[in-house]
Amino acid sequence: MQLITTMLLDGLSYASYLFIVSVGLTIIFGVMKILNVAHGAFYAWGAYAAAYAIGLAADNDWPDWSGFVLIFVAAILVGIVLGTIIERLILRKMYHEEEVLIVLATFGIFLILEDVILLVFGVNPYFAYQPMALLGSVKMGGIIRDVYSLTLFGLAILVAFGCWYGLNRTKWGKLLSVVIFDREISLAMGINVQMVYLVTFILGATLGALGGAYIAPTISVAPGFGIDVIVLSFAVVVIGGMGSIPGALIGSLMVGILRAIAVHKFPEFELFVVFGVMAAVLMIRPEGLFAPEKARRI
Amino acid sequence: MSSNLFKLVGRTVLAGGALAAMVATGPAIAKDTINVGIASFLTGPAAGPFGVPGRNGAELVIDAINAGTLPAPYAKAGFAGAKMNPIFVDESGGNAKQVGEYRNLVEKRGVDAVLGYISSGTCMAITPVAEELKKLTVLSVCGTPRVFEESNRTYVFRTQAHAVGDSIAAARYVLDKFKDQKGYTGINQNYAWGQDSYKFFDITMKKLAADTKASDNPQFPKIFAGQYGTEISTLSLDPAKLVHTSFWGGDIEAFVLQALVRGFFKDKQVISSVGGSAVDSLGKKFPDGVVMGTRGEYGLLVRNKDEPLNKWFVNEYKKRYNAYPLGPSYQYASSVLAYKIAMDAAAEKAGGFPTQDQTMAALKGLSWQSFGGKVSLSLADGHQAVHPVGYGITKWDKDKKEPSVSDVKFYAPGCIYAPAGQKSADWLAAGMPGAKC
Repeated sequence: MQLITTMLLDGLSYASYLFIVSVGLTIIFGVMKILNVAHGAFYAWGAYAAAYAIGLAADNDWPDWSGFVLIFVAAILVGIVLGTIIERLILRKMYHEEEVLIVLATFGIFLILEDVILLVFGVNPYFAYQPMALLGSVKMGGIIRDVYSLTLFGLAILVAFGCWYGLNRTKWGKLLSVVIFDREISLAMGINVQMVYLVTFILGATLGALGGAYIAPTISVAPGFGIDVIVLSFAVVVIGGMGSIPGALIGSLMVGILRAIAVHKFPEFELFVVFGVMAAVLMIRPEGLFAPEKARRI
Repeated sequence: MSSNLFKLVGRTVLAGGALAAMVATGPAIAKDTINVGIASFLTGPAAGPFGVPGRNGAELVIDAINAGTLPAPYAKAGFAGAKMNPIFVDESGGNAKQVGEYRNLVEKRGVDAVLGYISSGTCMAITPVAEELKKLTVLSVCGTPRVFEESNRTYVFRTQAHAVGDSIAAARYVLDKFKDQKGYTGINQNYAWGQDSYKFFDITMKKLAADTKASDNPQFPKIFAGQYGTEISTLSLDPAKLVHTSFWGGDIEAFVLQALVRGFFKDKQVISSVGGSAVDSLGKKFPDGVVMGTRGEYGLLVRNKDEPLNKWFVNEYKKRYNAYPLGPSYQYASSVLAYKIAMDAAAEKAGGFPTQDQTMAALKGLSWQSFGGKVSLSLADGHQAVHPVGYGITKWDKDKKEPSVSDVKFYAPGCIYAPAGQKSADWLAAGMPGAKC
């Protein structure tokens, strides 16, 4: 029982992490049909911005709880600044191009942003452990767990609920649904599709940055750590279905829990589980588990 | 007429032959400057803990040698009198890129030698190319024993001992210090370095303490995974108290941060073979009581060693880079120093500027007092270095407000490396016969 509880908590914790880092990717693909490789750079920039701000706050004796505020401020700032610059200056000029060219463009953006990180922050690691240290630990299932990682569940639920509410209960959500369904008809109906794209891209960038910013207190924020996140996020999004938020949620849960079982019982299969699940899903449902229905064009 | 022509041709051939013989055995044409390629990680996750400290260590010592300001007995300026012009290249980007960079250094830029390299993967990729291009190459950091145990090398040397000694010394240290611990496990990165480090630690423990139980569930997460919550849970549930890790850079830092808040270090005795950079980067956040190694007489373990060369290195490094030198700083500095000693010795013997062959002959089997301690190229027919490897226990020094280590113990090369001519894995499997501890 102790082992099952531990595996479940570990799995849910990892699934929450996966969902937070991958939901921005799936939103951008769902609306804009862009496989955004620069997502890993948003994650890295979010982490660096949060770590830098939290370090600055600690140096200036700000209260420890201010770290939580700074995480969200850093993520929003990174999302707005990078999202606006990239969408307005690069992507907007490429929407008429083939999808593969846009993927290559986002890959180029990713590489540039990674190098800019080196220029701005250097090669030494940044730490922002204060929020994690503040929340301390709790004994659950016979072992000690850090409370900060448990708050990932709450953040994942909040993000999932926010996305559901935003898409299904707001005017913006309805506009998004229309644009997702048919861009041309949306334009003909007078919807400002360019603005919808800009807001969507900023939202996706902010969620990517939030993933990095929230993870920053638990890691060493160092150059190059945005690369793995792209691979993991793609795996989760492909399992759930490109562009599907419920799909990202289910994909994260599947990978998180199966990975936890593997680490505890068959550690040599840890990596295999993530991509094994992806391959199995693609064999049965090539479009992913919850891929949105596509309109049949005549 | 024809007789004179024959005489002329004969004399020309004889003179040419004599000149060729002189060139082959005598000194080379003297140079004011030598160009040397120096490879280390300048970007990516390994730049902060390894690449940049390594580059800095090389740069500091090259400048001192060029200026003739290195302490005795190395105060003579230059490399056989020539100044070194280092060409720093980035080791990031994978083996194919590194082979291309290496060929570029040798074939297009015409360097006199190549030094450096951190990753075992890069060393394995570069070594055959160095042999093919016949270019003197001195490896500085990489640990895999395969570089010299799989084949004899002519042009490649390594001034750092291979990684098997790190694992053997780790096992010997914990058995010396923590005799009552019954059981061990590990968390190591899932690639050659991590797998080999744990494998050799595991074999040594089985040979030296057969009653100590090995865990059925050692962990091998992906390199740069960053998230170790599940692995920490698994290790926490494991009854084994000793936890071996060869994590480095961001991975050891993330692991420490995540494990610390869960009280992991109060319950487990962690042995880290190469986590020295994290002790400095995390400062007082790094837990006390961790068994820490630095792969030799380097970094944290010798920071306060009272020897002139070490004191010079630590003080000058700190003055120039505002940080203490880490293990890679020492390792790169040691490679540069070995190259200088070999060039100076070869020049003296040849009576002029040495050729590459003369420098290699001087380098072969060289023993020298390096910045942290003595190093000897005594394995692989004089191409592979050995030196003592030590461990200590981390402790935050409240007075100095900096990390320190206590209970430092070094193990002599004869105790932790297979004798010349034997493969490490075979020697370990046979129970380390002839080990002199």
